This record gives sequence, C-alpha cells and structure tokens, in this order.
Amino acid sequence: MDKFREAFREEAHELLAELETSLLELEKEPGDEDLIGRVFRAMHTLKGSSGMFGFDDIKKLTHDIENVYDMVRSGKMAVNSALIDMTLRACDEVKKMVEAEEDGEAVPESEAALAISGAFRSLLEDFRGEAKPEAAHDGRVPRADEEKKEGNAHTYRISFRPAADIFLSGTNPLLLLNEVRDLGLCDIVARTEQIPSLNEIDPEACYTGWEVMLTSEHDINAIRDIFIFVEDQCTLDIEDITDDSGDEEAREDRKLGEILVKRGDISEPDLRKILDSHKKIGEILVESGVVGAEKVEIALAEQKHVREVKQRKQVVEAAASIRVPAEKLDRLVNMVGELVTVQSRLSQISTQRNDPLLIQVAEEVERLMADLRDNTMSIRMLAIGSTFSRFERLVRDLSAELGKDIVLKTEGAETELDKTVIEKLNDPLVHLIRNCIDHGIEAPAVREAAGKPRQGTVLLAAEHAGAHVVITIRDDGAGLDGEAIRAKAIERGIIAPDAELSERELYALILQPGFSTARKVTSVSGRGVGMDVVKKGIDALQGTIEIISKKGKGSSIILKLPLTLAIIDGLLVRIEESYFIMPLSAIEECVELTNADIARAHGKCIAEIRGEIVPYLRLRDAFAFAGQRPAIEQIVTTRINGGRVGFVVDQVIGGHQTVIKSMGQMCKDIKTVSGATILGDGTVALILDLPKIVEQAEREEAVGRNNSRY
Amino acid sequence: MSKVILTADDSASVRQMVSFTIRDAGYEVIEAVDGRDALAKAAGQTIHMVLTDLNMPNLDGIGLIRELRALPAFKFIPIILLTTESQAEKKMEGKAAGATGWIVKPFKPEQLLAVIRKVIG
Repeated sequence: MDKFREAFREEAHELLAELETSLLELEKEPGDEDLIGRVFRAMHTLKGSSGMFGFDDIKKLTHDIENVYDMVRSGKMAVNSALIDMTLRACDEVKKMVEAEEDGEAVPESEAALAISGAFRSLLEDFRGEAKPEAAHDGRVPRADEEKKEGNAHTYRISFRPAADIFLSGTNPLLLLNEVRDLGLCDIVARTEQIPSLNEIDPEACYTGWEVMLTSEHDINAIRDIFIFVEDQCTLDIEDITDDSGDEEAREDRKLGEILVKRGDISEPDLRKILDSHKKIGEILVESGVVGAEKVEIALAEQKHVREVKQRKQVVEAAASIRVPAEKLDRLVNMVGELVTVQSRLSQISTQRNDPLLIQVAEEVERLMADLRDNTMSIRMLAIGSTFSRFERLVRDLSAELGKDIVLKTEGAETELDKTVIEKLNDPLVHLIRNCIDHGIEAPAVREAAGKPRQGTVLLAAEHAGAHVVITIRDDGAGLDGEAIRAKAIERGIIAPDAELSERELYALILQPGFSTARKVTSVSGRGVGMDVVKKGIDALQGTIEIISKKGKGSSIILKLPLTLAIIDGLLVRIEESYFIMPLSAIEECVELTNADIARAHGKCIAEIRGEIVPYLRLRDAFAFAGQRPAIEQIVTTRINGGRVGFVVDQVIGGHQTVIKSMGQMCKDIKTVSGATILGDGTVALILDLPKIVEQAEREEAVGRNNSRY
Repeated sequence: MSKVILTADDSASVRQMVSFTIRDAGYEVIEAVDGRDALAKAAGQTIHMVLTDLNMPNLDGIGLIRELRALPAFKFIPIILLTTESQAEKKMEGKAAGATGWIVKPFKPEQLLAVIRKVIG
C-alpha cells in the first residue's frame, strides 16, 4: 500500500504542476473550454486517486473544487481571476498536504484548507441558490457516469447460456464473447455438460454455455449492451463480485470451496465434510460426486482470474511509464560508458589482427553500441518544459509583489536536455528570471512614460544548436547601464579605472563575485550573491553565458549548454605520441597543411580553404610539444563563436565515441581541457575545450602585442 | 477477401449513407431498393450479412427476413433491421422472424459499423 501511496504522491505532484499551468493559461483565456476541461480532469483525477489511497483531506478539498469547476465546465459559472487565485491557493494547500504525508506525520486538517474548502462550497451554494434546481441536477448526472468509468475496476461473473436455436437468428455467440473479452481482463470457461451424444446432436442447435470472469472498468450496463440482441434468446446472469472492502489479501485467499458454496454449486455442510479429509479440495469434491468436474473447473477459473487481476493491477500501474530511481540510470550510463571503451578496444584489436571475421563482429558491435549509447542517453533526456512552467508561477507571484505587470512567454519547451543538466539549471534560471523582473523590467508607469507597453515581457526560450542547447532569457526592460556597471566595477576594485573594455566584456563584469548594481536590497534579489552564482552554476555544466543588452530596450542572457555530460562524439587526433579528442559538434572539415601552403602564407598562421582565409592555431605550439612537425600536417577547421578557426595537428585518426571522464580537482584550473577519455588500448586522450583554446590564444596574442608596444 | 453486405432500403439517401459508410470500412456492398429487389439480388450470391429497412414497398423488412431465413444459404447469416424507436413491437416481430439485431434510426456511421462488427466480427 505504501508503494501505491508513493506513486500517488508522484502523480499528485505532476497533476498539481499540470493544474498550475492550466490555471495560469486559463487566467489568460478564461473562456477556453479545453483548459477548463483540463483543470477539471486534473482535479477529478486528483480527487479520485487521493480517495483511493487514503488521503481523505485532499479528497475533501478537491471534491469541493471539482464541483465548482464542474459548473464552470457546463458553462454555468464564469472563470474570473478570484476563482483562479483561490484555486491556486488550494493547489498550494494540497501540495502541503501531500508533502506533509511524505514526512510521515499525520496532518491535522489545516485551517487554510478548511477555509478554502468552505470558500468553494459557498461559491457553489451561492450559485445553486440562483440556478434552477434541475439544472444543477443535470450537471451532476454525467459526472456520476464518469466516476463509474474512471473508478476502480469491477469484477463480474457472467453466466451466458444461449438458447438452442440462437444460430437461427444469425447470431454467433463467439463474437459476443469476443466483445466481452475486449472490455477487460477476461477468463472464459465453456460449459459443455449439456452437449448430447453424437447421434442425438442437432448440428443447428447450440448446446454450449459459457462462464465468464471479467474484470473491467466498464459498468454492468456496458456488459448487458453486448448481449442486447440476444436478451430474449439466452439466460444471462451478470453479477458484480468486486470485493469492495478493498482488502485484497482476503480476496485472493478465497478458497475454492468458498467459491463453490457462494455460487450455490455445493452446500456448506458438504464442504465441511470434505474439508476434514486432506486432499486437494477440487479432486475430493469431484470424486465424491458432490459436484461435477466442470463446475470445479469453472470455480478454479474464477480463482485464477482474481489472482491474475491482482497481479495485472500491479503490472498496469508500472506499464505506461516506468519510474526508475535516477541512480539506476546513472549506473546504466556509466556501464554504457565502460562498454564503449571496451568496444573501441575490440575495434582496435580487430583492425590489428586483420581477421575479416573478427572485423565483421567488431563492426556489428560498434553499430549496436552506438544505438545503445543513443538510447541510453535519450532515456536521460527530459523536455525542459516542466522547468519552464515552474517559472510561470514565479513570474506571476513576483511581479504581483513588486507591483509590476509582467508576462512570461516560453518557446521551445519541448527541447530535450540531459536530466542532470536540467536539474542543475533550475537555480541559475530562477536567479536570472528574478533579475529580469526586479532590475530589468520597469514599473508600469515608467514603462508608459518611456513609450513602452505597460506590460513587460520576459521570454524564456530554448533551442538546439548542434550538441548544445541555447537558452535565452530576454526581457524588454531597461537594459543594462554600461556606465553604472563600469563605475561599480571600479569602486569594487574589479577593474582598473582606465581599463578599456568592449561592451561584451563590460556586461560580463556583472558575473563577477560581489557585483550587484541594484540600488536597494529587495526580497527578490540584490543580496550581493548575484550573477556570480549563476556563472558558477553554468560553468559547472560546462556552459557559457553571454549577455547582450541595449539601454532602454532590454537585455538578453544567452546560456549555451552541452546536451549531455556523459558521452559525446569526438574526433581523435594525434600530436607526436599524444592523443586528443576534439568535440565533433564544432568541427567542419579536415584538410592537409603542406609546407608549400605554409610558405605561401608568408609566416602568417592562415590557410586558404575553399577560397576562404582561415586562421589556424598549431596545437603542437600551443601545448609546447618538442620535436619536428611532420612534412604534412592536418588542419581541423571548426566554427567557434561564429568564426572559422583551424587547429593544426599531426594526424587525424577518426571519429571516436568519447566517454567523458572528469579530470579531478588537480586539473580544475586547466581551462583548455574539459576532460579526458580512455582509448581502446588504454591510452588516455585529453578532450580539448576548443573555444577556451581560442580565447587563450587571443589573450596571449593581445599580451604579445602590448608587450611589443613598449 | 472482403465481406459482402446486402443492404435494402427504399430511401435513396439512407441507402447512400449506409453504402458509403460500410464501403469505406472495407466491405463490399450490394444495394437493393426494397425487399423484393433484395431477394432477387441475393439469389446465387455469397452474402455475409444483410441490413434491411423495416418499411419498404413490395416486400417489407419482416417479410424479407422470413424469405431469406427460408433459404439454406441465409439460414445463419446475421440480418440487422433498421428501425425507429417507436416501432418496438415491430422490433420484436423482426426478432421472431429471425433478425439478428437492430439499429435504431437515426444512427451515426460509427454506430452502424459497431453493430456490423458485432455481428460479423
């Protein structure tokens, strides 16, 4: 039972989230029937399942709300923001109840809950008072039906014995039984005791009857409907034998004897007499002639059916989507990672041996491995939408608190990201959005004066870009004040007073620890721990932050994050005896660099590739390798921050599925390497952080230029 | 091979709707304008099911059912009567004559298909 409650809690959280989203949308479009339906359904499901798992206080509360939304749904009541407000508060209350239960304490019915409950009830009563009584009644009728359908499954015992002449009306009883089968879990036993001996048989008559055990969510009328055409041509008994006590143990343990007695096939004293001996009861009963073998078989079928239903129930609960503890997934990903390493060893060995059979197997394994890797990774992928919808509430509440009129728009909610990335993204995003609301968007009056619409907009957008996801937080507020930032940075000693900074560098200053330009500390933001927390969070995810702003027009904060932190496609390259991995996502092409090319460039590190001049970096120099460069080197061209940059290596070996291993604390200051991986033969290859390498080279070049000036 | 359904109705519009619906669902259709026409068209054909209106000129639905049931080839095939709610006793009469079931008019295409599936699987 505890397991079910756990499942309910998870479901409840989901439902509440869905409810919240729907409510907020509903507030924008109060007439949208779809949304009303969604709210109603979520409430209804919440009520239904909370009742089933003993969350009675939740049931009570949701019941009252549901009633109100039932009226709304049937168009008898209009949605207004007071109702939405009340419902949102109710959601919070329900959330509290669910969470309190999680902590294991029985919750006393909170006053808030009672108050909300009362408010909804009085709303309903007010309304009922006005409405015609039968109208209110009408509203209730379909609900009762619905409840039956959605409610718990019932188990029925159906006894169907067609009349002998049923074939003459063109009826095929088997089709009817098939229809019954379609209703749910079904066990059918044929009763053949009335079939006469061969010489007496009328081939056009039906002698068989059927006993059906059916567990279905449909009500008894749905079963009767199946037999509607043959009602007067058969004996049909349908009995609901669902055990309403809810005590499943008792149900399963019902003994064969009891079933037979209950069906009236044997009497109680007969049963007791037989129970005194110690054989299998079914056999004894048949042997002693108390009951026919067939009846025992039917009763056994019933027993089996009930057991199956019980098992099935557990399976069904797990089937639609399986919840797995995150750590199991992590373990799976780790193992896939190991497997990828082993596979690359296999590939390497098979190439060395040059045994066609082995190569064939190795290739097969490689292909499967790639599939396995992608599938495993996709399990970890979640749509970012659930995180987005959480912010809608944040924006709504915060803007109300600050007296601003702000609406949150989201784009690309379906963009998928690695689960760990999403989790770690939450806090930075909360901070960024708070910043937009608090510092970015101005008060309505100020906006109006500036000729902007009163309502400010915060856009939260996500999109894929190669192996990255780009998340943009854009507001149409005041924008960043470059001068204020500069003054502040000088005051805080972050930059020298005469420092020359580009706009981008200037804005990037707000990411420095201890930097906050908010005039006063509000409850929303400005507690000194500002954007640097965001920066740390994003850095930890190997992401980058870019800030674009235009004074008076608003600002955009662009986060670029890797899709996954575990395995990437890489390009394996070699310099001398060392191997490196370059993330394949940034790579455009590989071309040769010959001495002739170098001579043509007159000592400049540029190459002409397909008519375009591409600057390149010689990694051999960047990493200070000793030794002679080979006569023919290779340039790997990449697109980094919008520009084309080539990296010169000794040799390009080829694509490599790269399991990223972190480098540990020792190497955390090495920016140009983002991790390491283990190659097939056990060699370690460093994974290069190409943008960082370019950055570093640019910096060094700038320093070099400055030095030469003096 | 798709199953063949014989449909008898004196109303062209009903016939059209019925034919269209069941043809769309992948059955073959033979149309008849009344009971007599239906009987004539049924002769010598392999037919898996009959849909017949109740009130038709020349030979009505009940009559058609009786005649069909007398033919060995039609003894066991499903016959569905198209009827209106008010004709409850006709429904019983039809049943007695050997109809497998009925559909109450007006009906929607999906209801018709549901009944067809119910009786011929």
